[in-house]
Amino acid sequence: MGAFLAGLGLIVSGGLASVLVGRRWRSRAAVAGIVAGSLCGLVAAGRALAGGTTPAMHVSWPVPYGSFSLAIDPLSALFLVALFVLAPLAAIYGGRYLEEEHDGRSIGGVWFFTSLLIAGIAVVLAARNGVLFLVAWEVMSVAAYFLVTFEHHRDEVREAGWTYLVATHLGTAFLLAMFLLMGRATGSLEFDAMRPGAVPPALAGLLFCLAVVGFGTKAGLVPFHVWLPEAHPAAPSHVSALMSGVMIKTGIYGLVRVLLLLPSPPAWWGWLLVGLGIVSGVGGVLFALAQHDLKRLLAYHSVENIGIITLGLGVGLLGVHAGMPLVALAGFAGALLHVLNHALFKGLLFLGAGAVAHAAGTRDLDHLGGLGKRMPWTAATFLIGSAAISGLPPLNGFVSEFLIYTGAFAAALTGRGAVLAAAAAAGAALALIGGLAVACFTKAFGAVFLGEARSRRAASAGEVAVAMRMPMAALAVACAAIGFGAPWVLASIAPVLGLLATAFGLPAPGPQIETLRAALTRVSLASLALLAAVAVAVLARRLLLRGRTVGTAPTWGCGYAAPTARMQYTASSFAQPLVDLFRPVLGTAASGTLPSGPFPARASFASATPDPADRRLYRPLFAGAAALFGRLRWVQQGRIQLYLLYLVATLLILLLWKVR
Amino acid sequence: MFEINTLLVGLLLVNFVLLGASRLDTGVRQVAAQGALLSLLTLAEHAGWGAPWRVWLLALGSGVVKAVVFPHFLRRALREADVRREIAPYVGFTASVLVGVAALAASLWLASRLPLPGPVASPLLVPVSLFTVLVGMFLLVSRRKALTQVVGYLVVENGVFCFGLALPEDAPLPVEVGILLDIFAAVFIMGIMIYQISREFDDIDTDRLTSLRDEAT
Repeated sequence: MGAFLAGLGLIVSGGLASVLVGRRWRSRAAVAGIVAGSLCGLVAAGRALAGGTTPAMHVSWPVPYGSFSLAIDPLSALFLVALFVLAPLAAIYGGRYLEEEHDGRSIGGVWFFTSLLIAGIAVVLAARNGVLFLVAWEVMSVAAYFLVTFEHHRDEVREAGWTYLVATHLGTAFLLAMFLLMGRATGSLEFDAMRPGAVPPALAGLLFCLAVVGFGTKAGLVPFHVWLPEAHPAAPSHVSALMSGVMIKTGIYGLVRVLLLLPSPPAWWGWLLVGLGIVSGVGGVLFALAQHDLKRLLAYHSVENIGIITLGLGVGLLGVHAGMPLVALAGFAGALLHVLNHALFKGLLFLGAGAVAHAAGTRDLDHLGGLGKRMPWTAATFLIGSAAISGLPPLNGFVSEFLIYTGAFAAALTGRGAVLAAAAAAGAALALIGGLAVACFTKAFGAVFLGEARSRRAASAGEVAVAMRMPMAALAVACAAIGFGAPWVLASIAPVLGLLATAFGLPAPGPQIETLRAALTRVSLASLALLAAVAVAVLARRLLLRGRTVGTAPTWGCGYAAPTARMQYTASSFAQPLVDLFRPVLGTAASGTLPSGPFPARASFASATPDPADRRLYRPLFAGAAALFGRLRWVQQGRIQLYLLYLVATLLILLLWKVR
Repeated sequence: MFEINTLLVGLLLVNFVLLGASRLDTGVRQVAAQGALLSLLTLAEHAGWGAPWRVWLLALGSGVVKAVVFPHFLRRALREADVRREIAPYVGFTASVLVGVAALAASLWLASRLPLPGPVASPLLVPVSLFTVLVGMFLLVSRRKALTQVVGYLVVENGVFCFGLALPEDAPLPVEVGILLDIFAAVFIMGIMIYQISREFDDIDTDRLTSLRDEAT
């Protein structure tokens, strides 16, 4: 616990220092604090994950029902590892990125709030008291708000910040209600003192629903995800990486933590999570497919991946309910491992998107292209990240999705009735998500890095600085390492699975973990074989081409004498068949004029895919609320005397009521 | 000079004058008189000339600020804004005096019902302080000129101060001084505000401020 607190101290003091020191030292102070603090935190988390019990901290606090209760159990440790791996890499990247993007602007504020965000997430993950949890939750959410609105001189950024702020506070309201009810039912807001047995089943169901809405809003589950595609693109790229990689995972963490504090889950909790997971996963990837903005596309993929994680949790709960330990553990293991994996590859992809936007000056897929030749490092790492997020072997995304598939198949093979149906739906949805994700990242990677540049700025783009390349390379290596070393990774998260098994009343998970490990060992061997085959193919190509002349021609030249970049497939045209197929869901609106005649003069095409949850659910809802509260407008006369009269009348009524 | 009841009756009469006065100048003068009376009342409550030094300090401090410094600020604001009278208040002057009578009755009734922690120096102390607070609030609500708002605010504060005297264990010196400093800053800012409002709107009618309100879209 000492190392953890020292880490927090270093991170926060680095952030404070960056506000106070001179302009040249701002980034360095904050980056140094975050890197050193993250290393300390990693030590603490690693120790807890290795099975060593870290002593819990318990300091009293004058706030009612509050206390500084902190502890790191394996579950916290797993999420902390994701945080403390991604945070220093994002900080190193951000140090350079901010210097180059905003040389004249004051960047002390960004660093201050970045440090606060990281420290807030860390405290959320380690808090063992409801009040402390909520306070840390708010610190985290508000710090993220200031990061989202960093470029507040732009209208759309202010709009995005506003959406985020409203969403996060509505979510927190649900959490507040949940903790209050939970505290009343169990008699304490200390997590360790809560007795799950004291919660009656109906109340437990209500608490679970509150948790799903509250934590789901932070995690970005459909239909609570509307803030996510707005806020992620607005923030600086390294902050987007942190928000998407770690911050939204606190929603998943909170959900799992609350499940541990509630009595044994009934079946419908599992179905609800599987259902939400399917809707989020498929919805997220479909909307990603229809986007033109690279960071917005990635943000929708966060929705998709949160869906996959929720799906895994749902499969796990179904396994718990049906008394199938293998299903339960495979689901939980897949979900938790996917949390770590998503932090790595989504962090990598957001950093890559930032590098592209920085070099080419735009994030619009239809203005990019051909960057692979000019930015080989960024292209290679982005390709690895794309393959990982699509769930392709031999990378880490495949490993966690494989575990969830294993759980779903095991449930489908041995279960019956509703469990069979849910498991089959989960497996099928996972397959659909995977396929669509491959299509989407083929589109994104192809449009950005392959072909010819579609704008002058993209044509003159150059590779980014070493300080920005290295974090991306490190994350790419980590993605590959987890992919190849899957059996060891599963063994290292065994304590987390043991914790969950004990909490849900399952037998000790040894044999199931062995089964899964054996399966993953075969996967790793197959991955190695694949790698060997690729190496052989590359060598063979070298050998065959030796001594021959290799000509290069413009991409998509097709033998024309004067090819132009406009002859290429655009991102929109690549995605068009799939977008058309899912038009009833997406509601993509296209407009423009088609070329006509033998010598077409003017033609145009534009398409837009607004979010239906935003358009059909929240806009009418908020418009209705505004109309309702508009009726109270007569209270607001703008006369100071009237406002004072309200005050005086309230005071007098209170006085009379008291002395009556 | 230190007869508590006489001072309290003086305070009460000043309140009625405030309610019936249309000249802003009178308002400023009356609130200054109220400040002076309160400062004497502080001493009277603590054995007149023989009061301890910290009571003297408080009495002199509040007397100087409320009877000399504030009126000075307010007169200067009046001169710069060039207004003399409260014209067409929300509640007329005669009606205001009648409201004052009702408020006095209410204060007497309230004071008889209000549980107090200990014996009070005079049975009039609590009703008069409540009455002063009510009059101040009424002035705030019923007058248009920004300057009368400041006067009303000061009257409310005087009432609160007076009520504080009724408590057996008087608030510690730092608290009293802190409050004094607080209203000092407030009046200072209000003086500047009045000047700014009059320059912006050619008037210090607060109802011009309605144009600052957010309009329905």
